[in-house]
Amino acid sequence: MLTLRYRGQTKIPVEAECLRPDTLAGKSTAEIAALPVQHGNAPAPLGEFFTLEGEADDRHLVIEGDCGRVKLIGAGMASGRIDVHGNAGMHLGAEMTGGEINVHGNASDWVGGEMRGGRIHVRGDAGHLVGAAYRGAAVGMRGGVILVGGKAGNEVGANMRRGLIAVGCDSGDFPGVGMIAGSVFVFGNPGIRPGAGMKRGTIVVGGQVALLATFRYDCEYRPSFLEIYLRQLRAWGFVAAERFMQGVWRRHSGDLVALGKGEVLHWQGEKN
Amino acid sequence: VFAINEVPVEDTFAEAFGMTAVRLVVTAATAGWAQVAGQMTTGYAASVIGCDAEAGIEGALSPEDTPDGRPGVSLLLFAFNREALQKAVVNRVGQCVLTCPTTACYNGLPVVREKAIRVGGNLRFFGDTFQFSKKLEGRRFWRIPVMDGEFVCEDFLGTVKGVAGGNFLIVGETQAAALAAAEAAVAAVRQVPGVVAPFPGGVVRSGSKVGSRYKKLRASTNDAYCPTLRGLVKSELPEKANAVYEIVLDGVDQASVESAMRVGIRAACRPGVLRVTAGNYGGKLGPYHLYLHKILSPHQNRDR
Repeated sequence: MLTLRYRGQTKIPVEAECLRPDTLAGKSTAEIAALPVQHGNAPAPLGEFFTLEGEADDRHLVIEGDCGRVKLIGAGMASGRIDVHGNAGMHLGAEMTGGEINVHGNASDWVGGEMRGGRIHVRGDAGHLVGAAYRGAAVGMRGGVILVGGKAGNEVGANMRRGLIAVGCDSGDFPGVGMIAGSVFVFGNPGIRPGAGMKRGTIVVGGQVALLATFRYDCEYRPSFLEIYLRQLRAWGFVAAERFMQGVWRRHSGDLVALGKGEVLHWQGEKN
Repeated sequence: VFAINEVPVEDTFAEAFGMTAVRLVVTAATAGWAQVAGQMTTGYAASVIGCDAEAGIEGALSPEDTPDGRPGVSLLLFAFNREALQKAVVNRVGQCVLTCPTTACYNGLPVVREKAIRVGGNLRFFGDTFQFSKKLEGRRFWRIPVMDGEFVCEDFLGTVKGVAGGNFLIVGETQAAALAAAEAAVAAVRQVPGVVAPFPGGVVRSGSKVGSRYKKLRASTNDAYCPTLRGLVKSELPEKANAVYEIVLDGVDQASVESAMRVGIRAACRPGVLRVTAGNYGGKLGPYHLYLHKILSPHQNRDR
């Protein structure tokens, strides 16, 4: 296990693409400390911002301190584990294909942007565009799991094609905008226009929601597949799922301005 | 003479065969409907001599043991190969589970993709393009719209090379005594995981031999154990025997079948039973030879 303690004082972002366990494995502490990061418009060695202790051979990184200005932690990683005790900056786990990231704090925008596999669990809040497509890209998240225990910003899961995003509290506007497929759970209240332009996929809402007129009411029922998801979320330690294990869900199909084969499932509480 | 409760157990073996096996977990809104679906799905599945598969209910499942938190049943189905098994399972799930109120169907074995059979992926077309696919932790589930909501069926089901045709014969002094022993044996066998007894109530009265005096028949009545033919053929029946029942067992592996035979034979050895033996073909057909004395020997007592 390699422990990295953040000692940076700067307010200028640090782009630390090298912070991924699969590529650090096999490197000595000195080699890792010498790896380049981008500090604003200038390159700098990783060791200038972090003190290092231990070895990364087991592909387990522990990052301590407020890294809210450190971008790209775990971006592109394919395996291993990162535990962040503190906040994480933008693009956490972006484009990752495997492995696990746990943040015991908050994360900034673009958590898991265009990720393809693995799991990110942010215990606190996340910023905008969780699992979304980068500007100009047609497809966002293509696999994997993003769990946000707190609330999230706008455009959660924008243009996602596969995978699961769960937000324990409220989300900002446009959750699941342009979804191609996949699942977005917002256990609190989503902002305006959830699922706008979605083709397929599932948006699950636990709180209050106002749907666009282009979503049509289908029925009230107990979808047995949801139980599988809720149990899995619980197994991952996502406590928000617990209170939704029972109850009836109201299904709406949409968005009829797009393909219209998506769905919004809205929890109605316990009903007989 | 090796005996249990003074019932002699013959020094012979059951001859079993390798068959491809699948485990289905069928859930429903109530345990009753899960049982209905299980019974339907495993109906007409006694022997591959005349059925597309051999099947049975492995056991009931509590909500804690099913993927969707509802009561369910675990089913085991066996066929000669994966292709035949897939065809049988798709037909049976399509006709007996999909149609049954509130049910869902899940995989119950580890999935190795090249050895899996596709069930939900074949049944999804019933959804007429309105079906939904959900993928979670490598498992794909198909949600097919039906008139009471949705039928959820897992895409791929794992298979294993199972062992089919484990058996033992209970030779009784009377039909009633033999049947009571057979019922006791089946009750014991049903406590063993990984095994089903695919015949009616787990009991066979029409034990068969290979071939027939009729050229077209592959199997015919086991005349050596038919009490009404004692005077006509070379009978294997001991004196005073008037009825024989066979317990046939299919399991996910040899150890499961042996465990079931062990507890079944022990339960069958009761008053009115004259002998316990097993069916085989001289060891020439099946690769698994399950010797009764070896299975029942004290150092094999680790019942599962």
